[in-house]
Amino acid sequence: MMRYVRDPALWLTTLVVLVAGVWPLITRSATTREDMFLILMFVTLASSLNIVLGYTGYVNFGHIVFFGLGGYIGFYLIAEKGWHVIPAALAASLGVVLFAAILGGIILRLRGAYFALATIGVNEAVRSFIVNWDAVGGAVGMEMNFSRYQDYGGPMNALWFAYILLLIVTLASVLLSYFVRTSKFGLGLLAIREDEDAALVLGIPAPKAKTIAFALSAIFPAIVGTLFFFKNGNIEPGDAFRLHMSVEGIVMIMLGGYGTVMGPVVGAATYERLRGFLLTSPLFKNLQLAFAGVLLLLIIIFVPSGVVGWLRNRFPKVRRILA
Amino acid sequence: MDVLLASLVDGLLIGFVYGLAAMGLTLIFGVMDVVNLSHGALIALGMFGVYLLFTGLGLNPYLGLLIVLVLGIILGMILYAIAIHPLLDGPHLSTLLSTFAVSMIIIGVGTMLFTSTPRNIDINLGSMVLGPVRLQGTRVVAALVAILVATGLYIFMYRTHVGKSIRAVANNRDAAELVGIPSVRILAFSFGLGTMLAMVSGGLIATLFPFSILSGGTYELKSFVICVLGGLGNPTGALLGGLILGLIEGLIPVFMPVGWTPVIEFTLFVLIILIRPSGILGAR
Amino acid sequence: MKGMRLFVTVLFILALIVTGCSKATPTPAPQPTKAEAAPAQQQAPEAKAKTLVLGFTASQTGKYAKESKEQTQGIQLWLKDLEKKGGLKLSDGTVVNFKVKYYDDESTKERVQQLYTKLITEDGADLLISPYSSGLTAAAAVIAEQYGKIMITTGAASDSIYKQGYKRVYQIYTPASRYLTGAVDALKAWDPNAKKVAVVYEKSKFATGVAKAVKAYAEKQGLEVVLFEGYEAGTTDFNPFINKIEAAKPDAIIGGGHFQDGSTFAKQLYEKKTPVKMVAILVAPAVPEFAELGDAAVGVIGPSQWESIAKYSPESAKAAGLTWCGPTIEEFVSGYKEAYGYEPGYHAAGGYAAGLVLERAIKMADSTDPDAITKALDAMDVMIFFGHIKFDTGEAHGLQIGHDMVYLQWQKKDGKVVREIVWPEAAKTADAIYPLER
Repeated sequence: MMRYVRDPALWLTTLVVLVAGVWPLITRSATTREDMFLILMFVTLASSLNIVLGYTGYVNFGHIVFFGLGGYIGFYLIAEKGWHVIPAALAASLGVVLFAAILGGIILRLRGAYFALATIGVNEAVRSFIVNWDAVGGAVGMEMNFSRYQDYGGPMNALWFAYILLLIVTLASVLLSYFVRTSKFGLGLLAIREDEDAALVLGIPAPKAKTIAFALSAIFPAIVGTLFFFKNGNIEPGDAFRLHMSVEGIVMIMLGGYGTVMGPVVGAATYERLRGFLLTSPLFKNLQLAFAGVLLLLIIIFVPSGVVGWLRNRFPKVRRILA
Repeated sequence: MDVLLASLVDGLLIGFVYGLAAMGLTLIFGVMDVVNLSHGALIALGMFGVYLLFTGLGLNPYLGLLIVLVLGIILGMILYAIAIHPLLDGPHLSTLLSTFAVSMIIIGVGTMLFTSTPRNIDINLGSMVLGPVRLQGTRVVAALVAILVATGLYIFMYRTHVGKSIRAVANNRDAAELVGIPSVRILAFSFGLGTMLAMVSGGLIATLFPFSILSGGTYELKSFVICVLGGLGNPTGALLGGLILGLIEGLIPVFMPVGWTPVIEFTLFVLIILIRPSGILGAR
Repeated sequence: MKGMRLFVTVLFILALIVTGCSKATPTPAPQPTKAEAAPAQQQAPEAKAKTLVLGFTASQTGKYAKESKEQTQGIQLWLKDLEKKGGLKLSDGTVVNFKVKYYDDESTKERVQQLYTKLITEDGADLLISPYSSGLTAAAAVIAEQYGKIMITTGAASDSIYKQGYKRVYQIYTPASRYLTGAVDALKAWDPNAKKVAVVYEKSKFATGVAKAVKAYAEKQGLEVVLFEGYEAGTTDFNPFINKIEAAKPDAIIGGGHFQDGSTFAKQLYEKKTPVKMVAILVAPAVPEFAELGDAAVGVIGPSQWESIAKYSPESAKAAGLTWCGPTIEEFVSGYKEAYGYEPGYHAAGGYAAGLVLERAIKMADSTDPDAITKALDAMDVMIFFGHIKFDTGEAHGLQIGHDMVYLQWQKKDGKVVREIVWPEAAKTADAIYPLER
């Protein structure tokens, strides 16, 4: 325990997220809150994806399926069954973790490109299934009656409430990422990433470890999904299972630093800010997608370890405080 | 019964075109173990190539395909030098992301130049009636062109020196290098061939359906399904996979609501990767 | 100790990155893309001037870019016309002017909520207009209602938004539930023997809503719905589906989705020479580019929110016992052509109408007080160039119940394909081609 308390990296990680996340609460600015909501959402998605992608080395294009399914379960419970958002989010998380554990047990047998392709297939299969499933609204999706927000002291409070929950979830997911990274279990994952067969020989129960990592990565996206669609007031299959968002998550991790705790945090925040900037600058407005593409290409070729990875390599001293 | 027959023929015809698109993806994977995520964007680029030649210069779309074919090989080789070669020895993730970056660039520039408005190449070759089946001329021609290109590729791969070199590099790059095959040039050329196949199939699709710069995504997903059906890295399998996909799309609506087609397609896709990752042909 | 200093430095830098220097640049993300500030013309000193901020988001990028641009241009033209008149004069001498603020929402919901919050809290928007499309509007309505702001929706036809208990959201478009019902009426009028219809639609929020309503309506009218099926959004190859439709032998095909799938569907129906008497599909036929299909376009019927050849006029308003307000159709069309160089479609008209309805409501309320404007909107019952405008004040508060669709058909005249209004009878400019000759 003392080991963790004394670790500056843990404090740094917590503080960064906390300071940034509490900012809108201090200023009471709804605009800042909306900006931060998106950033925290992406931080959670990227951080949790990093457990599978960065630590274990499995390229998961279907990470967003956890977000979408969680959103659907949670939203259904809130809008149709009248649940409070907290139990709904927890139920969503539980359901999605179960889904991930079963799915992981099956598809994690695949490696490399085969795994990556399978995850695309899973996302598309789930999305098209939901489109055809009328009990959850099919293609039309579901909407929530506006009066539902009254349970939280009016819509304005409901949004602040959702934001505070999201902040807690983001903290939890970054901490989870930290504890996995520094635990023995995490070392096992890294061994799998470097050479799975060698890891097996060393006595690491690779299939079990991978499945656990996969299930851990599903906990928080499901909650974020519930919170996001609760705030949105409606849910549609196209918004819940957008493959593009998975890829954005991967880009954020690459930008910040693959396999580090801080990387996804920095990456998500930078990406979101950068996109906002590009979209509004008259020079890049029409070319923002192409510009982001060029940037991504440059990073992969010249700084493959991302911002945090680069700092860690360039200044070994930083490693103590930057996990 | 008539419905069944009509759907069967429709499915097979379009299947050849889908198969051709998937061949490009699977060829690149087979030779250099790279999943090309810019495949869809390249298909869209092929569509616009033919479209611009047709509307700008009044060139017959089928002649336009020849120009697109040449441009495709050149573009592919340039892309290889920029986005693939520096990353070939890194982890899988690097090339996945670099090709995705290429896709973002193509779509980004394309959206700026062409907007996302749907385009349409207005050609109509009439139709003919065979028993209960009405065949659209453009589809028959598209299927024939697809077969022609696929056959040409097959002959090239098995009868020419360069083709044999490609297969050698795909088998074992180091060994190929040892017997004096310039593997880098061969890899670049293979990427060019893969790009060419994507763009040509895009051009063919443009003669059939309206399209926009964002249309490539649909066909990219279809190509993934086909590649897995036919076995990743196996171009002949891809053609077969295309036919199977065409048949699935043709026949499912006969038996159940058409909305279920993608559900079945992608479930099948995941199942086949799990059960027979080498594809239903089971080559290799 | 050295470690500590390093720690603090890095902490500082990272905090800076994450908060994106929140203080220095409050929100680097959404800068106004183009603040079309109304020149705050110096009013005569004795007249009190009041400037209201009108906010909305436009999809300048993404899948709705084209339609949204038209809508935005419509709103801007209304603003320009209002400025030309020297603003809106109230009885107490106050002159109301508008300042328009809008941002790019990238056609995504995440942005819409972020930006509407910004419009309300930072830019102090008094009144709102919706983004384009039902999905984005649903997301925007949640925010508008939270802050109790009045929002006029245009470019959004979905019914469900108005069943969520909103009090200040008002719809300009004819809702999805009445989008295609006229096609059923037309079919019955033109051919009493027609019995079977196939309802086929894109699996999207909007098209599914329309299709369900048409199915219920057709069955109520005694028609048999022989096929009711949705196809995946983004479908390009309709051949297998068309084979299935042909097997069901319908007299009419009703449905569709958006432009791309609709025009593909129409083209392939033509190539297949599907033997039906009527084809009525959503959205696509109302878009001018539909003409690019050439012969395949001929005979296809589509609903339209508005057409420049429609026949709403001060005279028809009088005949219907309604007040007329705003420009005539000719004035709107020529004004739009002058400003942008081409004919307006219904997206543009909807944008202009949204502004006009707001203007009318303030005039009626004779005040800029939101509660008074809401009351005026509830009571509104007028005819404008866009058609009849009246809102539901009951359960589905804000739903458009006055405005009706017109149905146009592409026809061939002197070797060119042109659009004609064929339904309702009162508005028609040409006889319908019925049955289809293929």
